[in-house]
Amino acid sequence: MAGWANISQLKEKIAQGSAEEVTASYLERIKKSRTNAYTTVWEGAVEKAREIDEQGHNGPLAGIPIAIKDNISTRGISTTCSSKILQGYVPPYDAHIVERLKDAGAIILGKTNMDEFAMGTSTESSCYGPTLNPWDMERVPGGSSGGSAAVVAAGEAPLSVGSDTGGSVRCPAAFCGVVGLKPTYGTISRYGLISYANSLEQIGPLATCVSDIAALMDVIGGHDARDSTSVKTESVYKDALVDDVSGLRIGVPAEYFGAGIDPAVENSVWDAIQLFEELGASWEQVSLPHTSYALAAYYIIAMSEASSNLARFDGTRYGYRKEGENWHVMASRTRAEGFGAEVKRRILLGTYALSAGYHDKYYLKALKVRTLVKQDFEQAFREFDCLMTPTMPTPAFKLREKVEDPLALYLADVNTVPINLAGVPSISLPCGFTDGLPIGLQIIGKHFDEATVLRAAYSFEQNTEHHTRRPAEVA
Amino acid sequence: MVYENPDGVKIGLEIHVQLNKLNTKLFCGCSTDYHNAEPNTHVCPVCLGLPGSLPVLNKRAVEFAMKVGLALNCNIVEQTQFHRKNYYYPDLPKGFQTTQYDYPIASRGKVVIDGEDGERIIRITRAHMEEDPGKLLHMGSIEKSKGTLINYNRSGMALIEIVTEPDMRSPKEARRFLDKLRSILEYLDVFNGDLEGAMRVDANISVMGGDRVEVKNISSHKGVEKAALYEIMRQKNFVRRGGKVVLETRHFDEQRGVTLSMRSKEEEHDYRYFPEPDLVPMRVADRVPEVIKTLPELPDAKRERFTSQYGMADMHAKALTSDIKVANFYEHVALKVDPGAAAVWIADVLKGELNYRDISVDAFKVEDMAEIIELVTGNKITERSGVEIIRTILDNGGTPAAVVKEKGLIKVEDDIVTKAVTEALAENPEALQDYLGGKEKSLNFLVGQVMKKTAGRSDARTTREMLLERISELPPK
Repeated sequence: MAGWANISQLKEKIAQGSAEEVTASYLERIKKSRTNAYTTVWEGAVEKAREIDEQGHNGPLAGIPIAIKDNISTRGISTTCSSKILQGYVPPYDAHIVERLKDAGAIILGKTNMDEFAMGTSTESSCYGPTLNPWDMERVPGGSSGGSAAVVAAGEAPLSVGSDTGGSVRCPAAFCGVVGLKPTYGTISRYGLISYANSLEQIGPLATCVSDIAALMDVIGGHDARDSTSVKTESVYKDALVDDVSGLRIGVPAEYFGAGIDPAVENSVWDAIQLFEELGASWEQVSLPHTSYALAAYYIIAMSEASSNLARFDGTRYGYRKEGENWHVMASRTRAEGFGAEVKRRILLGTYALSAGYHDKYYLKALKVRTLVKQDFEQAFREFDCLMTPTMPTPAFKLREKVEDPLALYLADVNTVPINLAGVPSISLPCGFTDGLPIGLQIIGKHFDEATVLRAAYSFEQNTEHHTRRPAEVA
Repeated sequence: MVYENPDGVKIGLEIHVQLNKLNTKLFCGCSTDYHNAEPNTHVCPVCLGLPGSLPVLNKRAVEFAMKVGLALNCNIVEQTQFHRKNYYYPDLPKGFQTTQYDYPIASRGKVVIDGEDGERIIRITRAHMEEDPGKLLHMGSIEKSKGTLINYNRSGMALIEIVTEPDMRSPKEARRFLDKLRSILEYLDVFNGDLEGAMRVDANISVMGGDRVEVKNISSHKGVEKAALYEIMRQKNFVRRGGKVVLETRHFDEQRGVTLSMRSKEEEHDYRYFPEPDLVPMRVADRVPEVIKTLPELPDAKRERFTSQYGMADMHAKALTSDIKVANFYEHVALKVDPGAAAVWIADVLKGELNYRDISVDAFKVEDMAEIIELVTGNKITERSGVEIIRTILDNGGTPAAVVKEKGLIKVEDDIVTKAVTEALAENPEALQDYLGGKEKSLNFLVGQVMKKTAGRSDARTTREMLLERISELPPK
């Protein structure tokens, strides 16, 4: 059984047995799963694996299964953003990263559950129902890439990709005890990623260990002419996997340990920072003074962009349609029935924020705050190589606990959204447990300095055991 | 003569021009050559607005837009910036139009036209780039339509929207501006005005200091002139009856020649513009000098050169330079034959025949034109025959030589005319007497008789001269 094997272990299994066996074992596991982490399981996976067995493949991920978030376009495989409005939509093209993964020989197991249109922190707003946290089926897996984190945590896929607009990779990685990276804005092509908030989001990898994250980045990172915001970089992420943090200067922003932080989370993160010190790094407190405005600015920008991005879902060309006596009635009904409550809330708020008379007060002001938040980071990075914080202020909360209180849910993103506003890279990795629930450490780096982030994370992993713990419920 | 503009007419135009000489659309690689294609065959995830697709700015489109801006004497922006204009319509696959908002590619320019009373400067407010939506086809009338078909072949075509100040004082000036604009665009080789939907105009019209009324989506220059004429009359009558013109959008019914109210300006959309996050700014200011180098000689400069280089009348220079194809045609002909004769023949004759048939100068061969002019100036055929050859070739094809032969147009030899003159005088002594007696009209009769004998192959002027000469030589009685 493959389960939680990492890439190099899987390669051995494939060499000894076959890619088909490996893929079949994951599919077997998915079939028995109670996590509701997949929205679609791809029926062609086994055949694809067999093809690789028969024809051979020398790609870096030959025969390695992977799960893809349901907002990333996959040719011929349903892509719905966990929304009713995209029911029946099968993209005629592959996202850039899907092309890259296929070229590398990866086997797509299926699409993973998410908050509808990536708008959430709990994967509860999916039209397919919530994904359950493999560590505690009463709890949420985090979101919005809850499915992508849960499949890795539950051994239903060794690797996955998610998207991170305001923490959507890191939050579920933290809640599910796996590793998740939000790369620098522009590092991975967004071509084929169904936009929620274009200026903030990046596709990010999730895995059980940092080296798999680096391996995945080497496949999906890099320039793509079809995304104008994609940047030419020549990083070899695997080169960053060095167990050495001597001389690393760590900044610890006080604002990220604010009111509402769970003491166990706080302790675990400080333990982690202490360990870095023991390993030769130094740390100091630093202030990012505009942090308290970041959340509001983030939600205004994200919702404004979303209100425009989601305008195309009108029932005319694809997806769900509710007929009406004319086009406007049809489009209105389609949207009224097709979108869930949270999506509608964000479209309405975003529309409001961009409206004449309010545009300057909200949208423009949010852009100004964004600049200030970015400057906070630039300032801090003059003195520090990276920053460390808790990814989430608390461990995974209970299902339905915050469904009725959207504001409480938004507040959970307080430590992750500033990173997206600034566009810098950040990783979440397991740094402890409380009552059997994982805790995530967030390591934030400079623009395009994934190398330092990965090196710190890798070193931590090499000197701790947290990432080897597996949830008993699904073992 | 000063034009008084008694009704205080002010017309400003917004012109949507398709940069249809580009090979690909504004934000994707789809071909622009869709005019004869099946619906929805020139589309891709980007111009269909499929979820997850992203725009990539066509650099050549930016260059084209810069050329237009520079040719209209505009300033060019430092760097491109696109915005989203948000509104719902089925022809708009993303639910927003990607366009330029507060940083248009070009601004503050001017164009000189022949106005009501001499040269008139029309100021250009701005020219901005944007994408074209798809095209709706209603099955039957809009009210009773069973359905609407959408063709997205046009979706994503690069447009440049040119906005003028309200500097035109009459419908005629509006039309002249549009003619001039089209001429410039075709000179730049960024635009083919013959393609359907290539240029669409919104006209803002006001009289006597009243509010402006916008007439939307007029598809021809003539339509703009007609719509403006109607609108001026309507507004004047309205004011005369005590009404007050308010901001309003109207639609021009081309068939009936009237404008109809669409909506009042208060109901106008809030487009919620914001910067397009998927496109990064492109610096263009540095490229201005190199684009200027690529600008061709423009109509005004060519018109001036034609008068000085070929010594032609300004009227002819204007006629020959308004259409780049005609200008090029002329210069090719002028290499082969007398440039003065070529100017007259092309500006006065050929252009009229082409306009009458509504066809392009492409339909006529340079060699044929040169040959016809040679035949006339070499006195081989009459001017009337020259015109006839042009008409015949345009209508039925063929070559000048073939038409001359087929229709027997070669001017008859002088001795044949001489013989005819002798005969005519001998056969019509009364007419001769009448003429000598002071009846001028009798000479015309004699000319007619001669021409009848030569079956029209002698021309009237020569015949008249020969008759007079012969009469003067007659011995006095």
